[in-house]
Amino acid sequence: MAEPSPAALQGGLLLSGGLRPVQPGGVVLAARGVSKNFPAVRALVAVDFELKAGEIHALLGENGAGKSTLIKVMTGVYERDGGDVVLAGRIIHPAHAGEAQALGISTVYQEVNLIPTLSVAENLMLERQPGRFGFVNWRRLRADARQMLARMGLDIDVSRPLGGFSVAVQQLVAIARAIALNARVLILDEPTASLDREEIDLLFAVMRDLRAAGLGIIFVTHFLDQVYEITDRITVLRNGQLIGTYETAELSQIDLVHHMLGRQLESASHRRKRPATGAPAADLVSVRGLGRRRLMEPLDLEVRAGELVGLAGLLGSGRTETAKLIFGAENADCGEVRVAGAAVDTSSPRRAIRAGFGFCPEDRKVEGIVPELSVRENIILALQARQGWHRPIPRAEQQRLADQMIEALGIATPDSEKPVGQLSGGNQQKCILARWLVSSPRFLILDEPTRGIDVGGHADIITLLRQLCDEGMGLLVASSELEEIVAVADRVAVLRDRRKVAELSGEAVTRAGIIEAIAQ
Amino acid sequence: MNGLSSSRNKAATAGEPGLVAGFLRSRAFWPVLVLLLILMANAFISPGFFEVTIVDGHLFGSLVDVVHRGAPTALVAVGMAVVIGTRGIDLSVGAIIAICGAVMAVLTRDTGFSPAVIMLAVMGTGALCGLWNGVLVAFLGIQPIIATLILMVAGRGIAQMITDGQIVTFHSAFFEALGAGHFAYIPVRVEVALAAVLLLALLLRRTALGLFVEAVGGNAAASRLAGIEARGITVFAYVISGLCAALAGIIIAADIRGADANNAGLWLELDAILSVVIGGASLMGGRFYIGLTVIGALTIQSLTTGILVSGLPPQYNLIVKAAAVLVVLLLQAPRSRALLRARLGGLFGGKRHV
Repeated sequence: MAEPSPAALQGGLLLSGGLRPVQPGGVVLAARGVSKNFPAVRALVAVDFELKAGEIHALLGENGAGKSTLIKVMTGVYERDGGDVVLAGRIIHPAHAGEAQALGISTVYQEVNLIPTLSVAENLMLERQPGRFGFVNWRRLRADARQMLARMGLDIDVSRPLGGFSVAVQQLVAIARAIALNARVLILDEPTASLDREEIDLLFAVMRDLRAAGLGIIFVTHFLDQVYEITDRITVLRNGQLIGTYETAELSQIDLVHHMLGRQLESASHRRKRPATGAPAADLVSVRGLGRRRLMEPLDLEVRAGELVGLAGLLGSGRTETAKLIFGAENADCGEVRVAGAAVDTSSPRRAIRAGFGFCPEDRKVEGIVPELSVRENIILALQARQGWHRPIPRAEQQRLADQMIEALGIATPDSEKPVGQLSGGNQQKCILARWLVSSPRFLILDEPTRGIDVGGHADIITLLRQLCDEGMGLLVASSELEEIVAVADRVAVLRDRRKVAELSGEAVTRAGIIEAIAQ
Repeated sequence: MNGLSSSRNKAATAGEPGLVAGFLRSRAFWPVLVLLLILMANAFISPGFFEVTIVDGHLFGSLVDVVHRGAPTALVAVGMAVVIGTRGIDLSVGAIIAICGAVMAVLTRDTGFSPAVIMLAVMGTGALCGLWNGVLVAFLGIQPIIATLILMVAGRGIAQMITDGQIVTFHSAFFEALGAGHFAYIPVRVEVALAAVLLLALLLRRTALGLFVEAVGGNAAASRLAGIEARGITVFAYVISGLCAALAGIIIAADIRGADANNAGLWLELDAILSVVIGGASLMGGRFYIGLTVIGALTIQSLTTGILVSGLPPQYNLIVKAAAVLVVLLLQAPRSRALLRARLGGLFGGKRHV
């Protein structure tokens, strides 16, 4: 990659709008006591945040921490309910993202917010096409675009449609466009989520150049290694509150994870103790080197009959990806799955189900329920699919299964014919659970089984999971709630940065143990 | 989906007070009411609309004409209903009718095959057309409206190639009986269409295929995770639609004793889509209703026949039809229904359903 000179970059960073220039090391963007409320949620509570010119600043936190809300408040997407946003010493009130961009705050989102069908050049020059009398000077437009990309060491055919390039190139084009608009602050929201290592290196090189040129960069990511690789400081948010801002070099990983997850008193271990029945049960399901490039590094995992294995890790660590790979909902490009010692084909959900697997997905609205179908039809769907279209389950039998499940799981519905889309989230989740229970799998994978479920339903589902184990089913439960994992799991596989980093069992399954494993 | 009734099965409303109240709340209420209203309007405009006499040993009258002409539309419409159930659409049915008519006419004219063999060949042609559509949609991921548009455009060209650009006429006692004959006072084509629709209903509702079609249309991702071969189901739906169109093509060609590549089944796809919608299904997929789709097809045919019988100049035909369809669809929309209910108070079945 050609080394762009800081001076050349400075050309694109010339300050506009009468704002004072900020010396490197000075505060370029700050949030002072910023608050934002949504109906029933306090998304940000008096958060302070400072970004210096010439630094890369990680903004970290779990789901619902307030990262994106803070970004959106600072870029004018949301109106703040309290506090100030200060850019180069001046309080600003951007009314929308375009205004923030005009002031010099540019944002590049994970999903590239450019137009894939337009050429790279058109995307880059969208707001300022060279030309006169309303006619565009295409040759100059392409030349300008090439020049902008050359600064970033990118040499591509700018007349080709953007959508034809890799995500990494699209990200770089988005960044080129962002910094060309006189940016002094660049916000990168999970830019590396779908990049491979080489592409990340390319992106990081560009980020370092921009830092050297005096830009302040806010970097949102879920990859801890990347945080330590490239950032200068870290700000951690949790539940809408500022936990603190730290020098990256001075913050240990374990402290960082503690800050992100919160330090809580270890509750008395109410984890069920496995009865010591002499010889350990044989592996029911064993996963060997299963993985896919860019999605999940190959991992090994065993689940025994009657055992509940937890999948723990931070947001973006690969919990859902692991669950989907094992179930065949994502295609693995290496590794194999064995059931009771024999290799089975789990290359599609259908085949995995034939091997006796079941899977309750994380997002039940998108991947779980069929909203127009009735509770009864949703419950028998997987069983019917396994039996095949030509062997319909008799209506009376369907009714019996549905009624039994409605009773057993306490699904709140007036009757089994109500479209499932009209039930509450918790009851929908129970319907999905019921769908798998009636198909009696040997091995059930649950991704966030209690998300969005009220406290009562939460306890019901935990009790149910334990019952299933006692009946000899093998369970794999992915959860972002460490307490939940500690409460139910016999063994825990700990994931980090799309990689399995540790496995804890027995007395080692504690909150502290998991956090330590994540941070090691 | 439909605020009128929480249960799609009337059996589930058993125990509710009265059969009439059950019907008022069932989803069949509006389509049937609309059909009856249009029939009544027809009778009002042209007295004698309901008159049915026996002429030459078969039933004769406007009502008979409605089912006679409506048979191909109803056939195509039920196939369309299955495709729409998967959240798809099949614009190519009119073209498939033309292709199948051409194949049938050329085979009958130029070969000595028995009518049964020819029918099999024609049905196979329809299935092949459906397979093509299904593969484009399910395996190549082309949007249904575009995928079937391809065959819609190309189909009439293919049909013209088969007929060498001529209107091919043929003579076959068997097909003449199928197209215009009568059995037990009733047009044979109506009996054939009815049998086909019943067969399809049995295939879909007595197996789990209907459930799978609705599951794929309602949420394809969830269906796949539940172990349903979603792509296979999608292909199946288009093949069914192709088969239905083929049978309609046979009836239409048999009726005119020839194949007209340019006009056979022209715009029939639009009537079919309207029939499905009048039958209460959503173009967003997830549900299909065979019986109500037939009601929808008869509604459209009643309109057409009614306008023809009324003596209205033919140039008004399409406009009146379009206006009537618009009114029907507005009547079906939950919002306007709610408005109507509020205005009419407890007239329709009393309490509002949650």
